[in-house]
Amino acid sequence: MSPASRPPATSAFCLTLVRRQLTLAVRRPVDIGNPLLFFAMVVALFPLGLGPAPDKLADFAPGILWIIALLSSLLSSDTVFRSDFEDGSLEQLLLAPQPLYLSVLAYILAHWLITGALLALVSPLFAVMINLPSAAIPALVCALALGTAVLSLVGGIGAALTVGLKRGGMLISLLILPFYMPVLIFGSAAVRQAALGAPAAPYLAILGAMLCLAIALAPLAIAAGLRISVDA
Amino acid sequence: MAQGQDGAALLRADALSLERGGRELFCGLSFTVRPGQLLQIEGPNGAGKTSLLRILAGLSRYGFGGRVHRQAPQLYLGHHPAVKALLTPRENLAWHVAGEGGHSDARIEAALEQVGLYGYEDVPSMTLSAGQHRRVNLARLYLSSAPLWLLDEPFTAIDKAGVAQLEQLLENHVQGGGAVILTSHQALQLTRLVEFIHLDAGLVA
Repeated sequence: MSPASRPPATSAFCLTLVRRQLTLAVRRPVDIGNPLLFFAMVVALFPLGLGPAPDKLADFAPGILWIIALLSSLLSSDTVFRSDFEDGSLEQLLLAPQPLYLSVLAYILAHWLITGALLALVSPLFAVMINLPSAAIPALVCALALGTAVLSLVGGIGAALTVGLKRGGMLISLLILPFYMPVLIFGSAAVRQAALGAPAAPYLAILGAMLCLAIALAPLAIAAGLRISVDA
Repeated sequence: MAQGQDGAALLRADALSLERGGRELFCGLSFTVRPGQLLQIEGPNGAGKTSLLRILAGLSRYGFGGRVHRQAPQLYLGHHPAVKALLTPRENLAWHVAGEGGHSDARIEAALEQVGLYGYEDVPSMTLSAGQHRRVNLARLYLSSAPLWLLDEPFTAIDKAGVAQLEQLLENHVQGGGAVILTSHQALQLTRLVEFIHLDAGLVA
């Protein structure tokens, strides 16, 4: 009952959430490094499995890079809400006066910045490892940046639904992998077109449209999933 | 204890009923919480104390009967302290996900000092004990401006001096026009103020 400090505006609250999540991530650098290391390891497996012929690798490179990006996003999506669920922060988030739609979006944004955006930035390194034509690298970075944002949003739905389960890892894959497919199709197509010298813009535009749709709808599903998980 | 008229009610519960695992925990539970009331929910283990508190807070939305009318901001403190081990106590309070925020540094320091964490403001919370985590959480009581507090076992893991101080805080809050609903197995020292909700026998005011 102290002199009232008013609840902060929604935008300020969301910025605080992003800052909080980023601080938490930076203090546990393993969580940031692991998906990247996973990516590097799996990329290194392909020349061993397919044979080190540069031409063959270059053919497969767009698909390989995208599938690994998908899997590494899948691995990290389980963690978005888990620690907050376990220590009770999630209950408090649901009770906050600010709209849950936007707070959830802030969580996903922070998650994307430390997984997808970072992956997109370092992806040229991995692309060189499996001989992707250098003309395709800008398209790869753009497609990964747009596509992983969709993956983070869709993965957030699975994370919200399974956060109450002790071992949600396998279930989350089964739930959300089907929704990853459109992103895989258009993401790898964008890179393949760029590798052939054709414009990648139409595919990137479709990825952008998917992102808009996911931003509009996924937070609703995530918020509902969180309420169910906390209720149960 | 009937202070103020019905318009001043902070929370009204109408005919709440709850069934878990085929067993009816309570039914027809109706009560109104007004400023100046301190309600203690009593009952044996498994009587539904925490469930009732979660229904009142709005965390449980399905599976219960009746209605809850919330007419004032609430502060709910649950079983889990909602303290992040990787953040310092200061950051935990300043960036709290409950969205009350906007507390100045000085107020956070004062609140942490009140709960006996002076000097611990900037150490990572993972070096603190379970009781100290609870105390970081309790510091929110000093920062909050919500008139209605819902506290689930607030005395768990708190030492004797802390319990006395917390009871004093509850008394001040109630006398200052707030209200508190809490679950606890401990008998409060402030018996002259407390009213009880017995969960095995309906409301006994």
